[in-house]
Amino acid sequence: MPESLLETDPQAPPAPAAPEVAVRCSGLRKRYGEVVAVDGLDLEVRRGECFGLLGPNGAGKTTTLEILEGLTLPDAGEVEVLGATWAEGGNALRQRLGLALQETQLSAKLTVIETLRLFRSFYLRGRPPETVMARLALDEKRDSPVGKLSGGQKQRLAVACALVGDPELLFLDEPTTGLDPQSRLQLWEQVAEFRRGGGTVALTTHYMEEAERLCDRVAIVDHGRVIALGTPAELIASLHAADVVEFASEPELPRESLLRLEGVREVRRHGANWMLAVGSLTAGVPALLAAVERAGARLAHLSTHRATLEDVFVALTGRALREE
Amino acid sequence: MSDRPWPLLQLTLARIREFVREPEALFWVFAFPLLLAVALGLAFRDKAPDRIPIGIAQGAGAGQAAAAQAAAALARSPVLLVRTMAPREAREALRTGRISLLIEPGEAAAGGAAPGGGGDRPWIFRFDQTRPDSRIARLEAEDALQRAAGRADVVAVRTELVTEKGSRYIDFLIPGLIGLNLMGTGIWSLAFGITTARQKQLLKRLVATPMRRSHYLLAQVLGRLVFLLPELAVLVGVGWLAFGVAVRGSLWLLFVTSLLGAMTFCGLGLLISSRVRTIEGVSGLANLVMLPMWLLSGVFFSSERFPDRVQPLIRALPLTALNDALRGIITEGRPAAAVAAQLAVLAAWCALSFLVALRIFRWR
Repeated sequence: MPESLLETDPQAPPAPAAPEVAVRCSGLRKRYGEVVAVDGLDLEVRRGECFGLLGPNGAGKTTTLEILEGLTLPDAGEVEVLGATWAEGGNALRQRLGLALQETQLSAKLTVIETLRLFRSFYLRGRPPETVMARLALDEKRDSPVGKLSGGQKQRLAVACALVGDPELLFLDEPTTGLDPQSRLQLWEQVAEFRRGGGTVALTTHYMEEAERLCDRVAIVDHGRVIALGTPAELIASLHAADVVEFASEPELPRESLLRLEGVREVRRHGANWMLAVGSLTAGVPALLAAVERAGARLAHLSTHRATLEDVFVALTGRALREE
Repeated sequence: MSDRPWPLLQLTLARIREFVREPEALFWVFAFPLLLAVALGLAFRDKAPDRIPIGIAQGAGAGQAAAAQAAAALARSPVLLVRTMAPREAREALRTGRISLLIEPGEAAAGGAAPGGGGDRPWIFRFDQTRPDSRIARLEAEDALQRAAGRADVVAVRTELVTEKGSRYIDFLIPGLIGLNLMGTGIWSLAFGITTARQKQLLKRLVATPMRRSHYLLAQVLGRLVFLLPELAVLVGVGWLAFGVAVRGSLWLLFVTSLLGAMTFCGLGLLISSRVRTIEGVSGLANLVMLPMWLLSGVFFSSERFPDRVQPLIRALPLTALNDALRGIITEGRPAAAVAAQLAVLAAWCALSFLVALRIFRWR
């Protein structure tokens, strides 16, 4: 794929970022042949926060992150990381960053501790490999070759490699994709630990649960653009529906009759079920049950959940975050 | 201290560890050339030269007795291995190369004497004149038949055989194998190591750290050069102990030449892998680069056998230069000045391949 050069703005360099901003980008564009991966994306990551890019596969999250990491040159747009552009920052900037890519396979023949020592050696300052290894619960695997580790252990090692240089800013690309629940929790705990030390995190994910649990602010990304931005709570509140009722009946009730029910903000299909976004369960559920009763229908399924970022994404795009 | 930043050392250690933890790699670098040297050394060890197989066609009637008589005369030659065969079978044997020369009784002139009796019934020699052993067999067979028929030698000749060390096949082979090994190890270890790292996105991960790119590439070269001394010691040692192939020139010069050769092939390995994304791609490319040198550069047989017109081309190949220099040092004991031309060719390849590779290298 051709990598065009950074299209720098001919105007004077932008004013230095305020100290509380760790990453800022504006007007990012990147296309690969016919595919537009990033289509005019702006965002700002504040120091000390955990910022999440949430979106389906192919939304442009990874490309965006790699542009911010200085690994991919954008076709257009400006990037500033820790107060410097990549052109001026270069290796000095890399000293202050840690990152885990989505697909890196570390050398299978090296052991865990050898890999960490190798990565440690690239940084002027850093943390002792043994300490980082213990933090990520890898000490039992100290002398195991990387090729023999489980998926979760490999992922933890990738994060350990990101942390061993004692970074100020951590980029994680889909850090828990494919992990079992326990490994996921362990990683979340490490990210939280890193932030307690004052670190800033920018991560991508397509797990809404991860974004809700881990991130202070979330940008929902679709087709290479930010379509919503805010704290998870703000984004969910923007639905004006705190809960979601999912049900199925025999025979089915028509959409119009559901929309007329008290407190129902939105109705959509989810497989064979209807999903109703409701302002409150105490009003919504009795109204629904009454409607079923009136229609003389039999209830085949009924469940409720608190509204999530997934519901926000569906409300914004009409599509599910993960098509499974 | 384990966690002090010595990136070049850590990268080199990583490369060495990757290499020694790959048993196949060890086999190809150390065991394979040794096996090859031993197998070929045994196949071509000192012994009396093989006799050349020839056939004599059984005639009918009077011809039969003549053939038997001739066969007896030919059998006295130390060079020939004579078999009497039926005419049809004999033609077949000649055609398929099982015999190098076929002797057939010709048509008898009316009332003439029997063949071999010096009369006018000729022997017919059938052979392919492009085969050197056929030409030798023809001369030897005629000589034997003429003597048996009573020809006397006019000039006295005395034979003295030479079996000087340095002229045997194994003496030719060992330097060639060293050169071949330096080429294979250099190209494979660099090309495979780098392409694997690129394919697995490890290169991309590494350039996302403050690692200096020159350190990474230098470590790949150093990680290979570490094995140069043991590799050389094994081949030279076995050649010396098992076959008596001594190094006549300076060991120091031998080492410097090998080092330059190893560096050159590291450069070519780097060049080959500078843009390829997959192992399959790099295998093809490496073979494409190495195969001509396997054939042309005088590993198993002298490159002088190729036509004069292509000689300048062959001599410009890095493996030819390396093999010629190694042979000059090991078997002829040449000083540095006498292999300077070959060293210059190597140095040129070395500089060129590193320069181009660094210019076009792709880190992702």
